[in-house]
Amino acid sequence: MEQGTDRQFGVLRSLDWWTVGIYISLLAFGWISVCGASYDFGEPDIFSLSTRSGMQIVWIVTSIGLGFVLLMLDNRFYDTFAYIIYAALLLLLFATIFNPHSIKGSRSWLVLGSLRLQPAEFAKFATALAIAKLMSAYDFNIHRRKDFLIACSIIFAPMLFIIAQNETGSALVYLSFFLMLYREGMPGSVLFTGVAMVIYFVVGVRYADVPLLETPASVGKFAVMSLIQLFSAGMVYIYCKNRKQAWNIILLSVGITMAAFLLSKYVVPFDIVIIQIITTVAIACRLAYRALSTRIRNYLYISLFVIGSIGFFYSADLILSKMQSHQRTRINVLLGLQDDLKGAGYNVHQSEIAIGSGGLKGKGFRNGTQTKLKFVPEQDTDFIFCTVGEEEGFLGCAFVLSMFLALILRLIKLAERQPFKFGRIYGYCVLSIFLFHLFINVGMVLGLTPVIGIPLPFFSYGGSSLWGFTILLFVFLRIDAARNMARK
Amino acid sequence: MNKNYEFEYRQYVIGGVAVLIVIIYLIRLFTLQIMSDDYKKNADSNAFLKKVEFPARGVITDRNGRLLVYNQHSYDIMVVMKEAKNRLDTTEFCNTLGITKEYFIKRMNDIKDRNKNPGYSQFTQQLFMSQLTDEEFSIFQEKMYRFPGFYVQRRSVRRYTYPNAAHILGDVAEVSRQDIEDDEFYMPGDYIGKQGVERSYEKELRGEKGVQIFLRDAHGRIQGSYQNGALDRSPVAGKDLTLSIDINLQALGERLMQGKIGSIVAIEPSTGEVLCMVSSPTFDPRTMTGRNRGKVHSALAMDPWKPLLNRSIMGQYPPGSTFKTSQGLTFLTEGVITPGTTFPCSHGFYHKGLRVGCHGHASPISLVPAITTSCNGYFCWGLYYMMGNRKKYKSVQEAMNTWRDYMVSMGFGYKLGIDLPGEKRGLIPNAEYYDNAYRGSWNGMTIISISIGQGEVNLTPLQIANLGATIANRGYFYTPHVVKKVKDMPLDRKFTERHYTKASKKAYEYVVAGMRGAVTNGTCHAANRSDYEVCGKTGTAQNRGQDHSIFMGFAPKDNPRIAVSVYVENGGYGAEFGVPIGALMMEQYINGKLSPESETKATAFQNRHITYGARNR
Repeated sequence: MEQGTDRQFGVLRSLDWWTVGIYISLLAFGWISVCGASYDFGEPDIFSLSTRSGMQIVWIVTSIGLGFVLLMLDNRFYDTFAYIIYAALLLLLFATIFNPHSIKGSRSWLVLGSLRLQPAEFAKFATALAIAKLMSAYDFNIHRRKDFLIACSIIFAPMLFIIAQNETGSALVYLSFFLMLYREGMPGSVLFTGVAMVIYFVVGVRYADVPLLETPASVGKFAVMSLIQLFSAGMVYIYCKNRKQAWNIILLSVGITMAAFLLSKYVVPFDIVIIQIITTVAIACRLAYRALSTRIRNYLYISLFVIGSIGFFYSADLILSKMQSHQRTRINVLLGLQDDLKGAGYNVHQSEIAIGSGGLKGKGFRNGTQTKLKFVPEQDTDFIFCTVGEEEGFLGCAFVLSMFLALILRLIKLAERQPFKFGRIYGYCVLSIFLFHLFINVGMVLGLTPVIGIPLPFFSYGGSSLWGFTILLFVFLRIDAARNMARK
Repeated sequence: MNKNYEFEYRQYVIGGVAVLIVIIYLIRLFTLQIMSDDYKKNADSNAFLKKVEFPARGVITDRNGRLLVYNQHSYDIMVVMKEAKNRLDTTEFCNTLGITKEYFIKRMNDIKDRNKNPGYSQFTQQLFMSQLTDEEFSIFQEKMYRFPGFYVQRRSVRRYTYPNAAHILGDVAEVSRQDIEDDEFYMPGDYIGKQGVERSYEKELRGEKGVQIFLRDAHGRIQGSYQNGALDRSPVAGKDLTLSIDINLQALGERLMQGKIGSIVAIEPSTGEVLCMVSSPTFDPRTMTGRNRGKVHSALAMDPWKPLLNRSIMGQYPPGSTFKTSQGLTFLTEGVITPGTTFPCSHGFYHKGLRVGCHGHASPISLVPAITTSCNGYFCWGLYYMMGNRKKYKSVQEAMNTWRDYMVSMGFGYKLGIDLPGEKRGLIPNAEYYDNAYRGSWNGMTIISISIGQGEVNLTPLQIANLGATIANRGYFYTPHVVKKVKDMPLDRKFTERHYTKASKKAYEYVVAGMRGAVTNGTCHAANRSDYEVCGKTGTAQNRGQDHSIFMGFAPKDNPRIAVSVYVENGGYGAEFGVPIGALMMEQYINGKLSPESETKATAFQNRHITYGARNR
């Protein structure tokens, strides 16, 4: 008993109160936003349990309680039971696929009496624990192909189940683990290549039909080709340490593109992307030749990256254009892009209007006309940031974004100070997930990223996600609180 | 310890990525929320249903309080596309309104076409059909419940009491796309003044729209009043206008000008108020209302006689001999002549092989009888000596520009600034004009015809009438205006400011004497009366075809009450149409009615039509 009190006392003393403070203030601001978003005409009481704002209080209180309970558990508990928790959640995910309660075509809900839970929200923490446990093992080496593949399969298994539940958006969140893998030594080029391909695809598709300054070229293709050129120069600079060569590529690309652009705009209109492709292929050939003459293999890899980039982009473009529209829709759904691939859709437009109308200081608590009148769909869940933008204005948004940034940077600091790999890896998993949610959710509300239906942590209405994020965070806080115990 | 020092730097890469993302989002937020105002407006139109309440347009009366233009209720049919879509029995709808199905389809497509209807929104009421009469409305109203998405908006249409003064009153019509872009006040389907005072006093007449603000949700359903109506506004009626026009005088003028092309303008010299402004041919303003306005308007626009043209301010004519008064004033004031100076004129001005003909009168002749007899020679000599006076003017250019300054000070060559749209400025040449025309080689002889109101000089009938008013005032004028009073507002200061001419007051007395002589025993003899002293000057402007008949005069000689100009195209001598018409106008205004003899005379003139060719004018 005495020992237990001491332990609890120790936890509270070495707990990172900064993080807790940020957590509490995000919860508070989140609740205000839910009030604003779900407020309806003639609803008198925001605390009434029949309203969403009232229910959100219940979720918040239980979350804080849950956080406290998690802090009281022994820190070794998570390490020890990591695989068991993972296996249990995996089983639950699998079972959920076959449950009969589908909501809006999504089979991700588990109904227990009056309680509805989304196991996918809890699987994040289980996966983070499992991969942390795996990678912190003494004999694990990320550079060994077998180990890397095992790590990947731990990530992909829940993804597959969640995709099977028609919740591709939630599944994509698991890609954020690759950020942690990067920190743990995965070659940056792997992460970079993946990110580059996603950027090509999203930019290329989204701006495919926008003409470039009244020339026949499309902004999407132009931007992708420019990016490929920029990336190749950057890679030459970083991986071959050849500054002169990198500058040559940049100057050549910019010069030829500018000349082609001026010619196209003022003399003969033609698609300048063709010139860009020729330039880029020439750059690739030059790099390949350099690889042969200098016997530096990195040149060859960069050359392959360039050619692969062009190939990937055009084959994706070709496949997408050859498909029939309903097939394309399915691809979009599969990619989590839902119905808003080109960003011209209703949701994003309305959310931009709502945010834009907020101005500097916003319209004030519960005065947002756009959100209140339900112009923005999903406004208290995925599009909650609209409400912040409309009612609290630029200042409110800036505050929320800085709180999130503070949280992520603080978590990086905490993760780096972990004495064991397990804690660090788990910490990076947590912050990567938060970063991914922030990036996608706020980005889609601002019309910058594709519309993927994932919540904004601590803001979006809903018990499962709030509990899920709380568990993620407090397990890490518990591990962090024990950082000095090992030395004792 | 199990630290991985090799990759420790990557924490900064990840942190940097997080910072970068937040910075990009902040920039995006900044552009969305602070740089651009569009989203705010968009949001308002999204969420607020603004129910507009239209103000009553100001009514218009004449100077004696007779009602000229008032409002009558009519009904516009409005449609909300979102609600009307696919839920309408088109055949029944068309039958009820008496329109064809093709018209219905065309109209619906026009409404949706953002080029034709820039403010289109499928959630708000759009104008489907305008100006239903009470009768049409009651038929429609009975069946309205069967036409979802269609609403009736009560509006008012303009009604005219008299068939006169169309050019002055102008008309209202639906706003054009340009109007909407220029002024945020207007929405598609609104009415705006298109011509006359309806246009120039649009801002005063239109009043302020009232608005009731409702909140509506994404489905367009009304959710309640916004802030309990705290921001609602009641409409403010437009301001009533009192015109300076005497509608009886106007009606007489229009009657007298029947079958003739031309203009009559009468001004009260002591105020600059326009008493009448007749432009012939004219049209009945009552035909320009309702749904037939478009048809009537295009028919009038096609008419070769151009009835839509307000010749009083848009017609630019040679002033003929009426212009001689301005020359006498200039020469006297500049000292080119003295009241006693005589010039020879035996049937015209002969000099260096140039001849300007004249009619028989005593010779040599001084200024006053020269005006009385309308001697051409006298004024030619005057201009000749002025242009050739190298003691006073260094060059002919300087002389010419001095002359020009006199003319401009009398209100010629520039717009007078009357409160009606479309006024023309006429033409007063200057030295540069002739330098260009004659490549610098010209002198008084070259331009001699301007002294008798021919050649390059052009004036509007309003400017001629204003010349009469200036002489009546002995040297100044007020900017002519047709609106005497805007209710609850002071008159624009530019209409209460005296404009003095460069001519001396003394010079005016000689010109007045000459004009009085013209009436007592000269060219205007027909205007002579015993009850008040009329002053006048005829004009006969040469042009291709028959001469224009012109009269400019005022009465009474002392404390004048009316200055008038009459311009009858191809009417022959000034005495033929100009003088008698001018005399009748003066009588009507000064006595308030015509004597029985004058009435007979008026009827005779009403029926004396001039045969014009078919050519466009």
